[in-house]
Amino acid sequence: MVPLNAYLILAASIFAIGLIGFMTRRSIIMMLLCVELMLNAVNITLISLSHYMQDFMGQVIALLIIANAGAGMATGLALLINAYRLKKTVKIDLFKDMRG
Amino acid sequence: MNIPVLFFSYFALASIIISLIVITRKNYIHAVLWTLLLFVHISGIYLFLNAEFFAMIQMIVYAGAILVMLIFVIMLLNVKHEDHLSDVSSLSIPKAFLVFCVLGVLAIVLQASYLNTTGKFSIDLVNKVSDAKLLGQVFYSEANLPLIIMGVVLFVPMIAAIVLAGKRSDE
Repeated sequence: MVPLNAYLILAASIFAIGLIGFMTRRSIIMMLLCVELMLNAVNITLISLSHYMQDFMGQVIALLIIANAGAGMATGLALLINAYRLKKTVKIDLFKDMRG
Repeated sequence: MNIPVLFFSYFALASIIISLIVITRKNYIHAVLWTLLLFVHISGIYLFLNAEFFAMIQMIVYAGAILVMLIFVIMLLNVKHEDHLSDVSSLSIPKAFLVFCVLGVLAIVLQASYLNTTGKFSIDLVNKVSDAKLLGQVFYSEANLPLIIMGVVLFVPMIAAIVLAGKRSDE
């Protein structure tokens, strides 16, 4: 029987790795991929807590998170296509028009 | 050393190592394919938690829809390797401080987390009736509003993606 804290530590590690990746990579594609990593870490947390608390609302929220991840990914990739048509690049450091 | 702990430690270590590999790839396609392997391992972790529905959903939705969409966009954009600008920025002091804050909060929560609850859906019940069936019962009885909200949330970005990506620039 694996204790709950093992799952929580695993999810926290994946979340932290995704956060570091989100803050260190400069291409929008890799940032979206790191957001997916973080959402998966949150899903591991919710499903493990749902299993150990013997309550199904955690799995309900995890399914909502999966739907939101798909929706956000679709919208983000559509925006990325438009941004690439404008700037001919994927790097966020080159989007400097509205710096003010 | 019993067998479930051995298998779980393999899955956990492999997930952490593969996610470290993912965020350090230079090639986008390589990163997406390593992410596919990571999602297979996370699906294996869900099988430990009696959540076989989520193992299926992880493979179908994440691996079969989201990652394929990402690969499709990468191949559609045909991004060139821009050598004049580095892909990786250094981990500066505020970013590292933010990561340490997040990890500190998580460590405090982990230290304080103590669960000794028995709920309505015990492990024997989930083993007897399947996970998907119980989840459907929950979704159509007491969580019906999140189901409707999920439908709206999946409907609106479809319109958004069509409107945004369907635009042709006047060439």
